[in-house]
Amino acid sequence: MPVTVKTFTSTNEAAAALSSDRSARYLGGGTLVMRALNEGDISISTVVRASDHALTRIDTGGSRITLGAGVTYARILADRDLGFLHAPARSIGGPAVRNMGTVGGNLFAPNPYGDFTVAMLALDAVVSVQGGLGSREVPIEEFLQSRDRQAGTLVLAISFAKPGNAEAFRYRKIARIKPKGGAVITLAAYLPVNGSRIVGARVALGSMAPTPIRARAAERALEGRSLDASTIDAAAAAAVEGTSPSDSAIASAWYRREIVSVHLKRLLSGQE
Amino acid sequence: MAKTPLQFRHNGREVAIFVDGGTNLLVALRELIGDMTPKFGCGQGGCGTCSVLIDGELHLSCLTLAETVTGRSVETLDGIKDGPNLHPLQRAFADNFAAQCGYCTPGMLMAAKALLDRNPSPSRDEVVEAISGNICRCTGYEPIINAVLAAASGGRARA
Ligand SMILES: Cc1cc2nc3c(=O)[nH]c(=O)nc-3n(C[C@H](O)[C@H](O)[C@H](O)COP(=O)(O)OP(=O)(O)OC[C@H]3O[C@@H](n4cnc5c(N)ncnc54)[C@H](O)[C@@H]3O)c2cc1C
Ligand code: FES
Ligand code: FES
Repeated sequence: MPVTVKTFTSTNEAAAALSSDRSARYLGGGTLVMRALNEGDISISTVVRASDHALTRIDTGGSRITLGAGVTYARILADRDLGFLHAPARSIGGPAVRNMGTVGGNLFAPNPYGDFTVAMLALDAVVSVQGGLGSREVPIEEFLQSRDRQAGTLVLAISFAKPGNAEAFRYRKIARIKPKGGAVITLAAYLPVNGSRIVGARVALGSMAPTPIRARAAERALEGRSLDASTIDAAAAAAVEGTSPSDSAIASAWYRREIVSVHLKRLLSGQE
Repeated sequence: MAKTPLQFRHNGREVAIFVDGGTNLLVALRELIGDMTPKFGCGQGGCGTCSVLIDGELHLSCLTLAETVTGRSVETLDGIKDGPNLHPLQRAFADNFAAQCGYCTPGMLMAAKALLDRNPSPSRDEVVEAISGNICRCTGYEPIINAVLAAASGGRARA
């Protein structure tokens, strides 16, 4: 069934069009929206686009990094200042999906997708959204918890503090098909070290709940400790706490629960 | 519903068509322009046989809203040959038995072209990565990888 396509130059107008129509869907790279349209999803009757260049801007100049919602994985991979994000960007899709898919769309991608969002969650990103009533900044964790209700808002950008040290950020996606495949689980960690102690540990998991989540118990096991074998064992043992994975064609919930500690241990000990 | 006019370059030639809202580029190319070289496999981004180059970058035409290519350049398999001469990749695919049923071939060739245009002597791993979004149910991939390596730098590069 044909849909109405509305293209706006300003994000304000695009946001207004989205918030005023429940059956309107924003088109980022389209890798998920077009799938739905090709399948004949009748819940979408209007497709909204915005051509504002701010949406495709990457800003690495200051102490915070800002990625416009329309930035693709290919753009991230071409940017040397974003080297620490190359592992998550490279782990997504094949080359065509990386040329098309955007970081904004990834915030909404259901399991087994959302790999980049797992990295953003470990970096404690802030999501800038534009609603019908103006723009605001939402912490990514809060954004994900209320994701179902974000349907009528336009995401403008994602930003996060530049990691003091690129080694502090780690990422691992477990997939059965290599080099391309949906995740069994995805893990990202940010472990800034002060002296020899971890201060401000963040661990994020994908495909372990309906949206990416923080592994709080594992974070508590890491906080204030040095990253030695006993700390790593304690964090790994706590990884499954608070998770609620589902069965899917890729893996069962039971399997996901079984392996999350194994892979967190490997991630923390720097094993391949 | 009113149709939307759409103008873009198709294999170097300006084309103008009218599309229904929501039409994907694959349908526009096949049904409105009559270029049957990009194939329909899944319409879900999973198989890659609809792959085309948009401004030189590999894209899945089934997941591209046709209207988004306004003013841009779209290259399909139909455009890669040079007059009556096959493109070196096409030649290498034939020589290396890289096409069996041939259904994946248009997408494989476009993915390989996207790679070689940027990186004329790729390693084997880079070839595997470049075609990782394209599914082949016949060849087991080895002949395709060998064909791309053979076409790279006229067959000199092998890693
Ligand atoms: C073959 C294939 C393989 C894939 N592999 C992976 C993978 O390995 N890992 C992974 O994480 N994902 C994967 N994906 C899923 C998807 O491509 C990515 O998650 C991608 O980042 C989605 O972004 P998009 O811009 O294409 O989203 P779109 O399809 O444009 O949008 C997706 C959703 O997000 C909303 N949206 C998009 N942008 C905005 C915005 N700025 N503001 C508000 N709402 C917005 C849309 O309305 C829609 O609901 C794959 C997809 C395909 C087809
Ligand atoms: S038809 Fe486009 S990826 Fe299969
Ligand atoms: S040759 Fe048959 S699918 Fe590749």
